Amino acid sequence: MLAWTIYISFLGVLALMLLPRSSVLVARILALLTAVAGFAVTVVSFAQQRSGELVTVAQASWIPSLGIEYHLASDGISLTLLLLTGIVAIAGILFSWNIEYRAKEFFAFYLALIGGVYGVFLSFDLLLLFVFYEIAIIPKYFLIAIWGSTRREYAAMKLALYSFVGSAMVLIGLIAAYVIAGGRTMDLVQLSQFPFPVHFQMWAFPLVFAGFGILAGLWPFHTWAPTGHVAAPTAASMLLAGVVMKLGAYGCLRVAMTLFPRGLDAWGFHVLGFGSWRDVFALLALIGIVYGAMVALVQKDFKFVVGYSSVSHMGFVLLGLMTLQQIGLDGAVLQMFSHGVIAGLLFAVVGRMVYDRTHTRDLSELETMHLGKVIPFAAATFILGGIASIGLPGFSGFVAELQILIGAWRSFPLAAIVAGAGIVIGIAYTWRAMQKAFFGASEPGVSADTHSLPAISIPERIGAVILLGASVVIGLYPQLLLRVIAPALHSPMFDGLWKGSGR
Amino acid sequence: MSLLAPISCLTLVPLVGAIAVLALDEKNKKMARALALAFALLALAMALGLWHRFNSALGGLQFEEIHAWIPTLGVQYHVGIDGLGLLMLLLSAIIVPMAIAASWRIQERAPLYFSLILMLEAGLFGTFTALNFFHWFLFWELSLIPAFFLIRLWGGSRRAAAATQFFVYTMVGSVALLLAFLAIFLCTGKFDFMDLAELARNGQLLPAFSVLTRWHHFTAETIALLLCFGAFLGFAVKVPLVPFHTWLPATYAEAPSGVVMLLTGAMSKMGLYGFLRILLPIFCVQLRSLRTPLLWLAVATIILSAYAAMAQKDLKRIFAYSSINHLGYCMLGIFSILKFTGDNPALAAEKAAALNGVLLQMFNHGLTAATLFWFVALLEKRSGGLRGLDDFGGLRKVVPVFCGLMGIALFSSLGLPGLNGFVGEFLIFKGTFPLATWPSSVSVLGLLVTAIFILTILQRVFSGPLNERWSQMPDLTTQERLALLPAIALMFVLGVYPQAILGVINSTTMQIVHQLRF
Repeated sequence: MLAWTIYISFLGVLALMLLPRSSVLVARILALLTAVAGFAVTVVSFAQQRSGELVTVAQASWIPSLGIEYHLASDGISLTLLLLTGIVAIAGILFSWNIEYRAKEFFAFYLALIGGVYGVFLSFDLLLLFVFYEIAIIPKYFLIAIWGSTRREYAAMKLALYSFVGSAMVLIGLIAAYVIAGGRTMDLVQLSQFPFPVHFQMWAFPLVFAGFGILAGLWPFHTWAPTGHVAAPTAASMLLAGVVMKLGAYGCLRVAMTLFPRGLDAWGFHVLGFGSWRDVFALLALIGIVYGAMVALVQKDFKFVVGYSSVSHMGFVLLGLMTLQQIGLDGAVLQMFSHGVIAGLLFAVVGRMVYDRTHTRDLSELETMHLGKVIPFAAATFILGGIASIGLPGFSGFVAELQILIGAWRSFPLAAIVAGAGIVIGIAYTWRAMQKAFFGASEPGVSADTHSLPAISIPERIGAVILLGASVVIGLYPQLLLRVIAPALHSPMFDGLWKGSGR
Repeated sequence: MSLLAPISCLTLVPLVGAIAVLALDEKNKKMARALALAFALLALAMALGLWHRFNSALGGLQFEEIHAWIPTLGVQYHVGIDGLGLLMLLLSAIIVPMAIAASWRIQERAPLYFSLILMLEAGLFGTFTALNFFHWFLFWELSLIPAFFLIRLWGGSRRAAAATQFFVYTMVGSVALLLAFLAIFLCTGKFDFMDLAELARNGQLLPAFSVLTRWHHFTAETIALLLCFGAFLGFAVKVPLVPFHTWLPATYAEAPSGVVMLLTGAMSKMGLYGFLRILLPIFCVQLRSLRTPLLWLAVATIILSAYAAMAQKDLKRIFAYSSINHLGYCMLGIFSILKFTGDNPALAAEKAAALNGVLLQMFNHGLTAATLFWFVALLEKRSGGLRGLDDFGGLRKVVPVFCGLMGIALFSSLGLPGLNGFVGEFLIFKGTFPLATWPSSVSVLGLLVTAIFILTILQRVFSGPLNERWSQMPDLTTQERLALLPAIALMFVLGVYPQAILGVINSTTMQIVHQLRF
């Protein structure tokens, strides 16, 4: 049944293509219905699946001579991310309600992107996964290039190039794995049981991990993320930061770490204090956390603040993965969900509620507009979203980052302290952005024109409530997701990871 | 329903109220404040109901609720109150309606203002009842956010700086607290305060810290001391203890008076409550080894803040420093009971006396300080925002009722026998003198200085030649008198009959004293 998430999305694309150009409202409603239907399917499956075990959704032979199958399946990790995709997709459409320019194409690309994302999260055949992964890149490019803002061609091209380089790296690793395993199967579950030679894993792991890591905003390959997020139209930024970055992190966990777990083992020697790829990637994640936060602290453009904060928060996901602790991995998956909804919310506030009204994102200009009084709903949403983002208890970010920090403390105590400092910087940049954007200090009455700003519309309000609600529900009752995440991490796929030498 | 889960219901009431008030229309000011007051009074009634059903013969926890929450993290929903918790619940429930009454004339964005106050009340209730670090910290932070916005949006002219300072200081304390408890969780796998206290009593906590010793070759003792300091910082900022107090005067001076009443009346008690409920049982050994410097820190708090109050011209700042001074006595009492006394029953009784004094002082200071800030609010309303010591003079002739009632509150703050302030301070000094003779002797100086600056206020504001500018000042209206009456009456009642509180808390303090294991 879960397979219908993919089919529904692409059927939605088809239906939108067939619509006449003029029927904008129909296009919106159709897109919304498609997204809601996909989400409803996920929710039903989520409710049916008691534990997070691996459940096959669809399996059919595809290219028998190469052992390639059409194999869709889901476990707790997939389900968590499918839920996230559904939530962000619905909210994104609600926040794109005001798109008039080529609206039906916009929603068609948007749904195609979502369909691709659903596909990646459900594929358990490497080729199929790779196909969906590539499908997702194309709509991203057009969404930014056609409907984007600041330097959109540059950002779209940069995003596409980075994505392609990443997928090329992944592809090399996957083909090598396929050949070494005997060329009989591309099935992820079967390949994860295959004992690849350690020396092969030692180079394949960093290649595939970094390849997926590019899309997850792994420092120093993160630079596509802020420019891409900023240039993209609101709904696309929400999807990019909320879901597409999770594709990368998901690939790291699902593919790189299950196929090549021995790649995380110690090298047996030390280079500059690094004893394994695990140390290297943990350090890169840590740099991402601190660097992203510090850069966010000095941005002039409101959207760049949120863009760099995404790099910082995704660093937590990667750090959580590198802890190789149950609690750290739980936290990493939860953080994927948490950051997805929170980043979506923050981009919605910046892109839709503020930028579409004021037509500026310059913090020093916003400072003079008293937006806190003019559009209090936007201010309140940003404050709550910011509070969730800095990880205050009661919101999802707290539980997720807490678990990652506990895991990190067990594996790399020093890293936990530095990541803690990253959280403090996170408080500082969120604070600064909030103060400047909504509670400017200048004397009132300077810009009377701001009073003519349109009020926050109903779709925006609904979207904000959905995203905030998701964060609060998970923050107060994380067991809802942890219930399926924790068993999923103990399925046979991850055996190699837990049985690794010396862990 | 309230019979099943009385504490959860009590916490829920202000939260529901906050949402209800927030849903009101911007223009519906009257409705907003009436609704907020109704919810606050309902919470007060429920707190009084708890007091009525509380079995004061028992020292342990009552009305406990335990539910599984996040098993992977060892998090349970665990709430319960003993005498200390009950007293703090009552105090918060009393202060909030007072603060709402003192903010009756708020014009700007009234629904949001009252909603935030109720949210703060929920945070207070949660903090005083939660027994698992996880949701205790949630409420601890939950109370911080409304307080920040109340200062930031409704404060005086330099509110932005004050709110930021307040937030940053408390946040740093919170982060230290969080890190300390995460480390404890890593070593023990427990977040529950009662479990942790149990471990500490059995001497199992220190060996557990050896998990962390492989890191940088710290000994378990050093780590325990570090963690103790982290938690200490979180509470010391909140109380505050010198030298972590510098956020307080600016914050109190800039915050609207209704909010200051909450800050000083109830939120400062969160820090003291943390010391008693969390730090003392868990880090008893570590605190004991720091007893002497801590005692002198408390003495410094008492004396420096008293002198600082004497040097101020702004009434709000005077009362702010006086607040630090009064809470310093509580800190003195808490630190003095860390003395190792063996089986000496006489000294154990002194410890119980000191601790009873501390709890009494917590309640009394909450009541008195909140009332004093209320009077400042009333004065500001009449003077158009002026509240300097030298701006007035001879008010006694113009507004006799105001001066009379505020005089009572001032004398209560001074610790005049017969009013509530006296008993607490007396018990603290009675207990600490044999336990910590020198520090308590030096602290008496604080009492003297307090007397001087309080009398200075009486002299400069109420007596002396009448400042002609205020010759038309209206006296307290009937509504204001009626609103103030319960607070003033309570001061007299507790001054004459402190047993009303002592009866409730005595078993709890005895238990705390008996459970101290060094």
